[in-house]
Amino acid sequence: MVLPGVKGVVALAILFAQLSLLAVGGVSSALPEMQRQVTITHGWMSGQQFAALYALAQAAPGPNMLIATLVGWQVAGLAGAVVATLALCGPSGVLCYFTASAWHRFRNARWRRIVQAGLTPVTVGLVMAAAILLIRATSIDAGHATLTALCTAGFLFTRIHPLLVLAVATAIGAMGIL
Amino acid sequence: MKRLAAVGAKRSEIGPSVSLAALFAGFFRIGMIGFGGVLPWARRMLVEQRKWLTAQEFTDLLALCQFLPGPNVVNLAVAVGWRYAGVAGSVVCFTGLIAAPMAIVIGLGAVYSRYAQLTVVQHGFAAMAAAASGLVLSTAFKIAAPLRSRPVGIATAAITFAIVGLVHVPLLLALIVLVPVSIWIAWCYRE
Repeated sequence: MVLPGVKGVVALAILFAQLSLLAVGGVSSALPEMQRQVTITHGWMSGQQFAALYALAQAAPGPNMLIATLVGWQVAGLAGAVVATLALCGPSGVLCYFTASAWHRFRNARWRRIVQAGLTPVTVGLVMAAAILLIRATSIDAGHATLTALCTAGFLFTRIHPLLVLAVATAIGAMGIL
Repeated sequence: MKRLAAVGAKRSEIGPSVSLAALFAGFFRIGMIGFGGVLPWARRMLVEQRKWLTAQEFTDLLALCQFLPGPNVVNLAVAVGWRYAGVAGSVVCFTGLIAAPMAIVIGLGAVYSRYAQLTVVQHGFAAMAAAASGLVLSTAFKIAAPLRSRPVGIATAAITFAIVGLVHVPLLLALIVLVPVSIWIAWCYRE
């Protein structure tokens, strides 16, 4: 007898524990895979729902890995939220715990700089892929695509606080202008 | 003492030991104020306000946290906690960091699904999601900045993007191929 919801929680734990170790350079790198698994492999939600949860995670204070909390919560309630968050932070956290001492020893080692120089382009490509996947999901019409372009320019070229940009965009949308 | 030596600091450099409660409070604060990116706030508190780390130590630990997989700021909390109080410190810093943001985001999620049927809410969220997509795109451009003088790096990034974003190759498979190749390229172009 499997309790209802347990299957979902187990699937969340396995998925996010994997993503934890695959998120080179940060959680954004794992977004494309997270989106693929959550929307296609597991079919827990639509691409647009995923994008909405991501936006919600951005609007809350704290690290952007809160997307895991929200996906978990959506799939299996509070237990899902806690399990998904711990699964995303656990494996990488344990790795960090045991690497911290060795790291310092190699602070001036040339291989360390080379490895980092090699990881950067991969991270850039992954975050770019995350952006395109999210944009595809959120550009439901020309108005929303334009909004994305304007916000991108705002984040890049102005010093306006990101949260303010999100708030203004939400207000514009709620007013039904788009 | 091995722990302290490992991060390159003597007891005297760290100052008085930091209690678990203080670690929790410190990271709780970081979690609460860190809207849209926690790292700048973490640096302010750890280096400038509480002086738990020197600027050099912070840069060094940050490099590790960005080097390792997983959420960067969570790794940072684990590393700082480890440094001051071992496993207990790591757990306390991590809990302090995410407790409040988790509660808030679940609250927001509950409000969202409660009112998701309303047209106003749907329109608002569609626009907010579009804006958040722009935030990720701008992040991609920002972290791509150091690649400007490295055409081979740009090519690697473009290939990674195509493989994962367009062809939808599973991440694990993509990384197994791309990471060694990219490191090998970096080795070939080393200074």
